[in-house]
Amino acid sequence: MKIWEMTAKEILDLVSSRDVSAMEVLDSCFERISEVEPQINAFIELMEPVARLSAARVDSMLDDGENPGFLAGLPVAIKDNICVKGAPCTCGSKILENWIAPYDATVISRLVGQGAIIVGKTNLDEFAMGSSTETSAFGVTKNPWDLSRVPGGSSGGSAAAVAAGMVPIALGTDTGGSIRQPASFTGICGLKPTYGLVSRYGVTGFASSLDTVGPMGETVWDCALALDAMAGFDKLDPASYERRGVSYVSGIDREVRGLKVGIPEELLDGVSPDVIDRFEAVVDLLKDFGVEIQMLNIPSLTYAIDIYYIIAPAEASSNLARFDGVRFGKRAEAETLDQMYASSRGSGFGKEVIRRILIGTYALSAGNKEKYYVRAAKARTMLIEDFKKGFGKVDLMISPATPYAAFGIGEKIEDPLSMYVGDLITIPVNLAGLCALSMPMGFSQVSGTDLPCGLQVIGKPFDENTVLRLGYSIERAIEEEIRSKMGHMRRGLGLAREAELVD
Amino acid sequence: MTDKGHEAYEMMVGLEVHVELATETKMFCRCSARFGDPPNSNICPICMGLPGALPQPNAEAVRLAVIAALALNCSINLRSRFDRKHYFYPDLPKGYQISQFDIPLAQGGYIEIDNPRKKIRINRVHMEEDAGKSIHAGDEITTARYSLLDFNRSGVPLIEIVSEPDIASPEEARQYLEKLQRTLAYAGVSDVKMEEGSMRVDCNISVRKKGEETRGTPCEMKNLSSFRAVTRALAYEFERQKEILEAGGNIRRETRHWDEAEEVTKLLRVKQTSDDYRYFPDPDLPPLELSREFVDEIRDNMPMLPEEIVRYYTEELGLPEYDGQVLTMDPAISRFFDECVSLGGDPKTVSNWIMVELLGYMKDKGIPYDEIPVSAEHFVSMLNLIEDGLISGKIAKDVLVSVIETGKAPEVIVKEKGLEQISDEETLAKIVDEVIANNQSVVEEIKGGKDKAFGFLVGQVMKMTKGKANPAKVNDLLRQRLSEMM
Repeated sequence: MKIWEMTAKEILDLVSSRDVSAMEVLDSCFERISEVEPQINAFIELMEPVARLSAARVDSMLDDGENPGFLAGLPVAIKDNICVKGAPCTCGSKILENWIAPYDATVISRLVGQGAIIVGKTNLDEFAMGSSTETSAFGVTKNPWDLSRVPGGSSGGSAAAVAAGMVPIALGTDTGGSIRQPASFTGICGLKPTYGLVSRYGVTGFASSLDTVGPMGETVWDCALALDAMAGFDKLDPASYERRGVSYVSGIDREVRGLKVGIPEELLDGVSPDVIDRFEAVVDLLKDFGVEIQMLNIPSLTYAIDIYYIIAPAEASSNLARFDGVRFGKRAEAETLDQMYASSRGSGFGKEVIRRILIGTYALSAGNKEKYYVRAAKARTMLIEDFKKGFGKVDLMISPATPYAAFGIGEKIEDPLSMYVGDLITIPVNLAGLCALSMPMGFSQVSGTDLPCGLQVIGKPFDENTVLRLGYSIERAIEEEIRSKMGHMRRGLGLAREAELVD
Repeated sequence: MTDKGHEAYEMMVGLEVHVELATETKMFCRCSARFGDPPNSNICPICMGLPGALPQPNAEAVRLAVIAALALNCSINLRSRFDRKHYFYPDLPKGYQISQFDIPLAQGGYIEIDNPRKKIRINRVHMEEDAGKSIHAGDEITTARYSLLDFNRSGVPLIEIVSEPDIASPEEARQYLEKLQRTLAYAGVSDVKMEEGSMRVDCNISVRKKGEETRGTPCEMKNLSSFRAVTRALAYEFERQKEILEAGGNIRRETRHWDEAEEVTKLLRVKQTSDDYRYFPDPDLPPLELSREFVDEIRDNMPMLPEEIVRYYTEELGLPEYDGQVLTMDPAISRFFDECVSLGGDPKTVSNWIMVELLGYMKDKGIPYDEIPVSAEHFVSMLNLIEDGLISGKIAKDVLVSVIETGKAPEVIVKEKGLEQISDEETLAKIVDEVIANNQSVVEEIKGGKDKAFGFLVGQVMKMTKGKANPAKVNDLLRQRLSEMM
């Protein structure tokens, strides 16, 4: 088994036992990247020279008997809307094409503080607005399971990088499902933490009241470990809370017998039959574990899309006002100041971003604000209350993570509404400030190809421990099937590349 | 127009005053808030609005804002909110200003002015962050070839104090602003220096016929640079609007600019609709929640405000009201006065010497109030020298100047310059005798009943002693000698 094929846990064990060096891990990782990245386009920027310096530092610390941290030598990819000092931060947009971040996001300093090695910045939908990475100004990322399909989005680059074996862990951001949906489409795990658990400082704001940052990895355990490094109070984020589990790894293997798990019926609407099949298999598995399953109704869920597509664009229209061509980013030449603004923004932002800025500006304008923004905010409060009631009855909730497996590139991009509706299952979690895990639950056969589909485990605010515990119990039961198919897919990727080279 | 016609119109003025709070650091980041540093030296990702930066509220700014609001008799909202106010301008880094919209920090206060005695109501006090500063190459923004931006001021904490349109004359506006400035200076929340931009004034003025119920259409004048500019601009605007109304015209809703040099207001832009700033609650910031205890604690420890100090000076120290008002023009002055009194100075004497000599000197030299050029110790020992008869009041004035200019103690100056008063009777008697001997004709006049000539003899003695003779003793001796001669 090559190093790049390993999970984070396996790599870290080898590094800490000094069986391999951080540099060897990195070598293997970049070898894999050069092998498959040309097919996938998961990265916007690779940071090999800096990564090598970091790996050398980790190794020399280990040589000196010092402890570089519990992520020592672990290669990590970062979604390109998170600032890494000295590296470009494009947010997938032309408007930031040449902008170099002058500071580290808090999550970056925390990961690096535990010895992680940042290898590059991954592709995303422009400013994280999209569900397919097709709105990126730097080309679409391909789904490693089927290169004609999208990896999901907006954290599609991070998801594809993990799925293709280029990195064991990547960071994503999740405002309406941007970690969970691509995790589901690429057969990996992704955790959307509770709002306030992981600092947003240094993460480009899309919709501030919904934005979260979380880990994506091959296994539930790997995500839990990364969360251990990332979570915790940060005075630089005013929404940060002084609440976190002591450790997200320890106790992850505790029994799940007796846990009460609810299934919100509304989240099953419109889910494709083969995804439902896989989901029912998981439900049966949980029953075997001694988990109590019950159906739930959360009526206000039917408004979730409408609420989201007012609140998120409203906040986005405000957050993106800073991209004005004055202090950084693209500036268009123009005769007057107003023309400079219009043309810098008009040519710098892509179509989807402009669409959302317009929706948001409209929803906040005098005369419309009461009709749209204020009502959406009230409906959001209702949704939060409904979830609270639901969680009065159960410890966790589960649903499929997406209504279908990965769709084809170009299939939905011209029809924004059908794209938006696909996020119905993930959006409510952000609106209600809950935490949720997306993890593979099996495969759906689409035109002869195995495409992964994901399970969503939803927890109460700050109850990541229980979410991860349930996820881990399921993972252990179905891991073998997932990993064998994943291995097959990964080898195929490499072979396809070789075949291409031979041609 | 007759005088009667002039009387028939009245103005309604509301003032919006922005005041920078005297915090060490900015409202939402920990950059220095200092004024006057090299451009763009106090900036960071937060106050530059870089992608990913988030605001971190400054607790000290909130504390100062609460003090200010209480000093202005406002009631505090224990739960207020930060909102985003959107507009595009190059010195506004985020494309929005963090301000407070529908729930401000405080509401419903007033300032009382003296002449005529009336309360000007304050609608609200809210917190916000300052923008950066644009410097346009060339004279005016419309003709500038390029503009320079300094973001040192970006994010400096401000409070905005919005009055009701209760102000009825330029003079009332001046009193309101002066009172506001003094109150906030005493509250210790701001430097309130208009020349450094830590206090900035926008005026809204409307004019209507006396007796009309509805308010006239207001025009706005932004960023007036001095109290004088405010009064002049209001007086001009009143005349301008009145003339339009008298001619049967309508006032347009305009933003106008006060041209300092030409002493006229000029049209900046016509406001067709009210600006749409798309205010909404800042999703980065939780509501601002203050505990009852926090506010009570501030209320219980409020610094003394000018009215209270004047009351103390008049009622407890026996000073005239006028002295009280002058001494409380600036906290530095009353602090200096208090120090002198605590060092044993007689309140009225100290007050006289501060008002006439010290403030006179500072005004001549253009020294600001907060840079009093002499220590209270030196000031009081100088007064003690007079009290003890060691120097005359006249000489003391020169001594004060020397103390200020050299920084030496008054005793040292008196000694070095040989300025001690001559009180020794023997020495004085000799001089008096000499003066009498040299001015026999004058002595004769006095004997003849022309007592006015007595002053001449005193003057001669002072002249011979270069002003150092103790005047009381000279008087006594002269009287004694002359009566012996009668």
